[in-house]
Amino acid sequence: MGTVAKIARRTFLVGAVAVAGGVAFGTYAYRRTPENPLLADLPEGGAALTPFVLLDADGVTLITPRADVGQGATSVQTYLLAEELDVDPMTVRTSPGPASPVYYNGKLAAEGMPLAAWDTGLLARTGRAASDVAGKLLGLHGTGGSTTVPDMYDRLREAGAAARETLKAAAAARLGVAADSLRTEAGAVVPPDGAPIPYAALIPDLARVEVVQDVPLRAPEDWRWLGREMQRTDIVAKSTGTFRYGTDLVLPEMVHATVRTNPARGGGVVQMDDAAARAQPGVIDILEIEDGVAVVADNTWRAIKAANLIDVTWGTPEGVGDSAAMWAAHGAAFTADKQDSRFADDGDVDAAPGTPLEAEYRVPYLHHAPLEPANATVRFTPEATEVWAATQIPTMVVDQIADVTGQSADQITLHALPAGGSFGHRLEFEWIVQATQIAMHVPGRPVRLTLSREQDMTHGFLRPMAMARGRGTVEGGQVRAFDLSIAAQSVSASQMGRMGFPAAGPDVAIVAAAWDAPYAVPDRRVTGYRVDPMVGVSSWRAVGASHNGFFHETLMDELIHAAGADPVAERVRLLHHGPTKAVLEAVAEMAAWDGPTPAPGVGRGVAVTFAFGVPVAQILEVRDTEDGIKLENLWIAAELGRVLDPVNAEAQLSGGALFGISHAIASEITFADHAIEQANFDTYENARLWQMPQVHVRAMGTTDAIRGAGEPGLPAASAALGNAIFAATGTRLRQMPFAREMRFA
Amino acid sequence: MELIVNGTPHQLQVEPDMPLLWLLRDELGILGPKYGCGIAQCGACTVHVDGVAMRSCQMLAGDLEGAEITTIEGLGTPEDPHPLQEAWIAEQVAQCGYCQSGQIMQAADLLANSPNPTDEEIDDVMSGNLCRCASYPRIRAAIRRAAAAGGA
Repeated sequence: MGTVAKIARRTFLVGAVAVAGGVAFGTYAYRRTPENPLLADLPEGGAALTPFVLLDADGVTLITPRADVGQGATSVQTYLLAEELDVDPMTVRTSPGPASPVYYNGKLAAEGMPLAAWDTGLLARTGRAASDVAGKLLGLHGTGGSTTVPDMYDRLREAGAAARETLKAAAAARLGVAADSLRTEAGAVVPPDGAPIPYAALIPDLARVEVVQDVPLRAPEDWRWLGREMQRTDIVAKSTGTFRYGTDLVLPEMVHATVRTNPARGGGVVQMDDAAARAQPGVIDILEIEDGVAVVADNTWRAIKAANLIDVTWGTPEGVGDSAAMWAAHGAAFTADKQDSRFADDGDVDAAPGTPLEAEYRVPYLHHAPLEPANATVRFTPEATEVWAATQIPTMVVDQIADVTGQSADQITLHALPAGGSFGHRLEFEWIVQATQIAMHVPGRPVRLTLSREQDMTHGFLRPMAMARGRGTVEGGQVRAFDLSIAAQSVSASQMGRMGFPAAGPDVAIVAAAWDAPYAVPDRRVTGYRVDPMVGVSSWRAVGASHNGFFHETLMDELIHAAGADPVAERVRLLHHGPTKAVLEAVAEMAAWDGPTPAPGVGRGVAVTFAFGVPVAQILEVRDTEDGIKLENLWIAAELGRVLDPVNAEAQLSGGALFGISHAIASEITFADHAIEQANFDTYENARLWQMPQVHVRAMGTTDAIRGAGEPGLPAASAALGNAIFAATGTRLRQMPFAREMRFA
Repeated sequence: MELIVNGTPHQLQVEPDMPLLWLLRDELGILGPKYGCGIAQCGACTVHVDGVAMRSCQMLAGDLEGAEITTIEGLGTPEDPHPLQEAWIAEQVAQCGYCQSGQIMQAADLLANSPNPTDEEIDDVMSGNLCRCASYPRIRAAIRRAAAAGGA
């Protein structure tokens, strides 16, 4: 339908994510409500009241379609439904449900748009509405961008309320009483006089009533669970070793597999001798796959051991192959023809008066490295394929598998599993494709593919390395001009490319949380430069904001220091967004802020970011000791708006910040001879428990926003650490990992 | 070979170089201990071997004749949790949870030897266990909670 030019315009309007099929559907698809996928596969005697509530002889199953990768998505979705449906969240059954466009994410596309999170003007509101349309239009069943809570807040409560009132209507019809004489409690309709009727017992009566629509939602002051200290629904299983992940899946007739592909991705296999591997006990088959080899065995360890015994001569791919050359390419990318965006350009940074300052910053490639290695289980038959995998993009994974098997999407059944961590890794799917290819060699038998840590680590799709050049001026004790240029590869182009879609338009991620940082500096400019593709890059927790929080808030700190101003007071003066100013004032109060050097040898650093719609301010306190830098206290204030799950919000904000700090101190992925040099956690290092500061979190809850907490805690943390180290030692860290230049206690 | 796992004797015939982790997971179907790195860098596979916390990915079957193994499943159950597991539940430590079996088994060894550990002891003993979600503040809090409750 559209010409290339039209597609490009639409892309700019709704962001790169929207290109995923934006041409294939018309507005017709948006107006038509997608069918309830639960109806297609309804158990005998079952009923699906909404796409989120399934009833069968065993009772109620809540459908929680956002992927649980450890961030607590299943738990909060369960509570959102239970709050209206009146079922016990700790005992009710849940299921992630099938891959289906009905579970579209209406908030994800907005992340790809150049809309400042603080902007509530008409254009920004229109853009966010377009995101909802785009999400529904594309049927983008996806998890990411800290959107689970904002996207599901109304939808799940509405589904729970509709199901509850429909069940009451069915009970009323059965009993011959008015529905408003009934109440609901603990998964049952309770008549004024008489025994409670369990929801499932009302299935036959549901045929006689219409689904009740547009039910008013309960007021927050009437909530039983939301907003209070809730117990995560998975916490007992995860504390007793009984929680089951993909690597724990056991199916009848199952075989185990692993793969070993060229460490220099894309170089291919020149020659291979698998005789020694084939002689190993338990080895069932060895087959060549794209760029490497797969071993099928009767046990995971035997598969991995045999794979390592295969003598392979690898080929060498084209392109840039080592870190020095990659840095050179980034350094050469600050040119007009590589300019990707300039969403902020206030005043005239080139003519700004005052004393100038310039600095360059660098962050390395990083791996998602969730602790559960990538894995997937596939059973192929010519008629149908079943897949068990943790994924954040179920419908797209189904399409990928259909491409491999040559089947249609309705012949593929995806069983979504919870993940032992993700940080963006489960947006990738290479191993699911590999598992499908292996399964096609052993039709009828489930193949569980588990990557060795080494295979997983050396074949990651990475957080981009990035370089920033900052300059600015100070005048009269104030920051006068701020000019930040950021060069990185495009995550959206790389990631969408792997899914088979083009991504036109600028990549907002390159400048995210920098261009829209809510500072009213008189002369202010943020420019993104797109580095040519050289390594597969991916959405790592907080995506572009993961590096831009560091770039922006370190440059800001350098300017404030040059101006001789206080790091808190000058930021307060410059911030034009009330809630952001409020979190900074709150964190200063929490830390009893008294300047960056409150005592000899003690340094405090501050940083403020506004990413994923959440203003966050952090103060980190370090001590310069004989053994090195010791992190003592971290204060975090965040404005999530209404906090639905205070215990988990604290965990996510703290975890996000410590994740950022841990990588800032210790982690990097480097390349030599086209291959990743870090193969395991001995060389892909992380800060450990002994290095962790005491963490103090305040979720403000003073606005009516509804926001996710998984990513916003991260972007400020590394800058707060670097700024604190500067305060304590006078050494300005402009390159991660910090441990290259600074000793840590 | 014979191995006693969570009090139950098992007769097994496996290669002597099979690591205990895989023997437990793939031969006995005991899935609490996890594979995270295979080189003793993450601690997700931690179990007790004759009462001492060990990385099961580094213990070979051939060296374990007659050994008594305790896994997270042998420490406590959802119905009857160990005091450390109660503390882990009360503090809501787990995020993805993949490392937590190993964390709890390491902490159980710590409290068995030092019922009221100092902050420094906690840091020393627990720093071999990697948590990518960075649940570390709550790991510290849960150990202190269990210690205060006398939960060795």
